Amino acid sequence: MKTKRAGPAQPKAAPSLRKAASSRYILKLYVAGQSPKSVNAIANIKKICETRLHGRYALDVIDLYQQPHLAQGEQIIALPTLVRTLPSPLRRIIGDMSNTERVLVGLDIRSEA
Amino acid sequence: MCGGAGCGKTLLAMEFLVRGATQFHEPGVFMAFEETAKDLTQNVASLGFDLKDLIARKKILLDFVYVERSEIEETGEYDLEGLFIRLGQAIDSIGAKRVVLDTIESLFAGLPNPLILRAELRRLFRWLKDKGVTAIITAERGEGTLTRQGLEEYVSDCVIVLDHRVSEQTSSRRLRVVKYRGSTHGTNEYPFLIDEDGISVLPVTSLALQHVVSSERVSTGVARLDAMLGGKGYYRGSSVLISGTAGTGKTSFAAHFADAACRRGERVLYCAFEESPSQIMRNMRSIGIHLQPWVNKGLLQFHAMRPSFAGLETHLALEHRLIDAFRPQAVILDPLNSFIVGDNAIGVQLMLTRLLDFLKTKQITGLFTSLIASGATVEQSESSISSLIDTWLLLRAIDSGGERNRGLAVLKSRGMAHSNQIREFLLTDHGAELRDVYVGASGVLTGSARLTQEAQDQAAQMLQKQEIERRQIELKRTHQALEAHIAALHAEFEMKKTESLRITGQEQAQGAQLAQGRVEMGLSREEDVTAKNPKRRTK
Repeated sequence: MKTKRAGPAQPKAAPSLRKAASSRYILKLYVAGQSPKSVNAIANIKKICETRLHGRYALDVIDLYQQPHLAQGEQIIALPTLVRTLPSPLRRIIGDMSNTERVLVGLDIRSEA
Repeated sequence: MCGGAGCGKTLLAMEFLVRGATQFHEPGVFMAFEETAKDLTQNVASLGFDLKDLIARKKILLDFVYVERSEIEETGEYDLEGLFIRLGQAIDSIGAKRVVLDTIESLFAGLPNPLILRAELRRLFRWLKDKGVTAIITAERGEGTLTRQGLEEYVSDCVIVLDHRVSEQTSSRRLRVVKYRGSTHGTNEYPFLIDEDGISVLPVTSLALQHVVSSERVSTGVARLDAMLGGKGYYRGSSVLISGTAGTGKTSFAAHFADAACRRGERVLYCAFEESPSQIMRNMRSIGIHLQPWVNKGLLQFHAMRPSFAGLETHLALEHRLIDAFRPQAVILDPLNSFIVGDNAIGVQLMLTRLLDFLKTKQITGLFTSLIASGATVEQSESSISSLIDTWLLLRAIDSGGERNRGLAVLKSRGMAHSNQIREFLLTDHGAELRDVYVGASGVLTGSARLTQEAQDQAAQMLQKQEIERRQIELKRTHQALEAHIAALHAEFEMKKTESLRITGQEQAQGAQLAQGRVEMGLSREEDVTAKNPKRRTK
């Protein structure tokens, strides 16, 4: 399991209270071993997070081959899946994250860009 | 396994798992995409499956897969490896041999890019096979194709189509095996039932007409009817049809048969479709047939149900189940034709064929009653089933002399000598009673006409007797007269004889006198006496 944790969310000029509360992102990326899709997805999401959410996100990369029991609890079907636990609502983004536009839409961080 | 909504896909799949777990020690994984584990447990509890217990004993694993389109954003290439891992984990955790995926349709609804899904599903089927598990995958029925995606039926080894059809306001469930690789399978549609014991499919038609028949005979319950049927009654395992117009006593004959069978210690299943059991029993008491004791003894079982309760196939399935459970030697269906609603005669015929086949293979005597619409000719109205029937009794009302009387005839009875007479019968307080045959110029004489005929016969007999007596007396008199005559004649004869003797004597005397006179005259005339009458001289 690879884990990369960023530091606590840095206070930003939040336009609203909701934005401020949701400014911290907790992300989990479920992958299947070292398949090309998984490797791509990890690389892509890291890049996106670094450029867009620098310093205010937590990203867990979970290899389901090693922890298959997690698949049931998290309702994972497709891989790779990125789960956004915070800010709510829960979102799932599937695919290798190659389409940056859609990842941003899925994570709902496009507006902040 | 595919089919439309409400046709029993989930239940059939669940039963597959539960039976596997309870009877074959094969644990199973149920992966639900539509119902949550809680809902499923509740729903199948109505079928008598205790999922909670099975889950606790690690016999069954329920996994609810939640797919929500709105929460999912596709951002590029993906696969269903997650599902594979999840399924693999579930299978390995309990050592499952059986897997159910219900319904993968939801994946298509929940995930974008059907192309990926199709490819992944193919991989899934292969993967499941490699895992060595038996998998049931349910799919929704599509337009013109067996499944909506048009994919599952090609990649699976066996395709079962479930169907829920409504005709004439009653529905029936059917099942058809479309393909089954590596086996010869029945390709027909088979009705099936869902009830408190789960699903039951019926072996509706025996593949060939090869049932063994018995030559044992069973009484009809009416002695004189037995006599009409070659003296012994029906064959065991034959099918008997009693048809007649309204109120001709069909049920009574059925009850007689039931009574006789119970008396022999056999079990009888009485399926009533128009009367309640207590009504039948009350009515039969009025003709002296007491069925209640047999019910109490467990020899007679009533099964009363409206034909409209379910479709034909469902009825058939119910009969099968009842017969299997009760194992009767005789089954009575009363009446058959209440099944015929509208123009489903063909369906009824099929159902009856199946039922008769079933009964015959089990050596169960089947007795059916059938109501004939008055006016229709018998042969026409029954043409649909007549060929299936071995013994066919026809009851009819005979209108004559301002009254209706009941007549009975054996229309046919295969394999036995049977009476060709139309017999009148009466429903008395001790059962149906067949009367003697009286045939007049206009057919059978019944009722009053028969009584009249009987009276006439008696009168005629008496007259004849009197006539004979009179003749005898007359003869005697003639005889006596003749004898008297003979006596008189005899007396006369005697008289005549005496007279003739007397006359002869006189004649002789006269002759002698005459001769004497002549002699004397000759003597007196001095004749040569010796020359003329030497005899007299010697005398």
